[in-house]
Amino acid sequence: MKTLLTTLMSALLLAGCASQPVARGTADLGIIIERASGHIRIVENSTHTQLANVGGLGDLSHAAAVFSRDGRFAYVFGRDGGISKVDLLTHQLVKRVLQAGNSIGGAISSDGRIIAAQNYQPGGVKLFDADTLALLADIPALDPATGVVSKVVGLADLPGHRFAFSLFEAGQIWVVDASNPRQPVITRYPHIGQQPYDGLATMDGRYYMAGLYGEDGVALLDTWYPEKGVTRVLNGYGQGAEKQPVYKMPHLRGWSVAGDYAFFPSIGHKEAIVADNRSWEIRRHIPLAGQPVFVMARPDGKQVWANFAFPDNDTVQVIDVPTMKVVRTFKPCKGVLHFEFTARGDQVWLSCRDENRVEVYDTQTLERITTLPADNPSGIFFGWRAGRLGM
Amino acid sequence: MRPLRLLILACCLGLSGMSAWADTSNAPDPARQQALLHLLHQDCGACHGLTLKGGLGSPLTPQALSGKPMENLVATIMNGRPGTPMPPWKPFMSEAEAEWLVQWLQSQKPLDPNQ
Repeated sequence: MKTLLTTLMSALLLAGCASQPVARGTADLGIIIERASGHIRIVENSTHTQLANVGGLGDLSHAAAVFSRDGRFAYVFGRDGGISKVDLLTHQLVKRVLQAGNSIGGAISSDGRIIAAQNYQPGGVKLFDADTLALLADIPALDPATGVVSKVVGLADLPGHRFAFSLFEAGQIWVVDASNPRQPVITRYPHIGQQPYDGLATMDGRYYMAGLYGEDGVALLDTWYPEKGVTRVLNGYGQGAEKQPVYKMPHLRGWSVAGDYAFFPSIGHKEAIVADNRSWEIRRHIPLAGQPVFVMARPDGKQVWANFAFPDNDTVQVIDVPTMKVVRTFKPCKGVLHFEFTARGDQVWLSCRDENRVEVYDTQTLERITTLPADNPSGIFFGWRAGRLGM
Repeated sequence: MRPLRLLILACCLGLSGMSAWADTSNAPDPARQQALLHLLHQDCGACHGLTLKGGLGSPLTPQALSGKPMENLVATIMNGRPGTPMPPWKPFMSEAEAEWLVQWLQSQKPLDPNQ
């Protein structure tokens, strides 16, 4: 009788287990944004498989994502101002709020408790509780001196519950200390240059930089010495060359520091700019196949990969950092919108918007490993971002 | 899902509405129309939004474009707008094609402002 009971109980337990999700580590997971359909695909790096397709995330035509620090939840920021919180283990959309009319991205605080969203319309930043997505604070991008309302770009997290972002119209950088997230303290840096279009915090969380559209240069804030204010680096990087029209704004956010160098996409010029990552002096210009959109270093820093604006968005180039030369140019597909390295850079995943697939490459051999189907894929975000600053 | 459905609806309405004026203008052939609409949503959409409701660039909805003279809109597409990030699209389309795109945009069903 006892044996029968044990057998029965084991069977019940097993049956119970079958309906539970498989236990897995979140550090191997990621998401692929499907921009037209408002879905994300949850993927696993080691197996190159899709685990789930989660819908109902709204307009993802320009979407970005951050991860909770345990790596379990992805927060997806949609163009329609939506923030969607997705459980990567149960594959559920657990919460969604519409917080603005037109949004572009977001960040998560260093303690993982605050989600910040950056908005175009109405321009500003809003802070939310990461658990409940309840609103904590609203910071309109209204310059008190001039009354100018700006679109917010380049939001990044900094150590110590702080966020930095740039104001496109006003030409300012603001740093928000959200130690008390219901009463954030704002430090404003005016006159940083014309039309900052994107920004990034370096991986150590020390520097915040804003790329300028209105002039050849980058505004730099050293957050260890905020009293020194914002300085200008990479000034006149276009070397006096006639500025070319830009068919897609470059993105600065990402891994762009490789070894002793920082790599920047030049705006309006078909090249990457290489600067010393402490003095920020320009060391080199590397000619490229088109106007770069993303110029991102493999996590070990030995390679830098670049994709390009229309009409060269079928091309990807690989720069070898020790020789500073392009070592591979290939055309994986039409509409390469984004790419993401795995945590230690053994693979890179490329989204092929116009050919409805994601290509996975081995970064050592530069050979394709596999292809995954995806509907109009754009951004690819892997769970290792959970543990990084400036992501 | 809703924006996509609206987009599809908008496309259908646009395409059916198009025949009314397609015969009387130098309308591009159907394959070229497809290519232009792809360019509009994907590449113009990089700044103006995939659903054309605006982003870093201004909205391209019928409301936003109403009252603006055709020649100014075509000139903006062809030559860009100095002092802003709007680039010239002259290398990628003809003036007649830009005009067709403006007509397509203006013929769309106005979006619900709450969407």
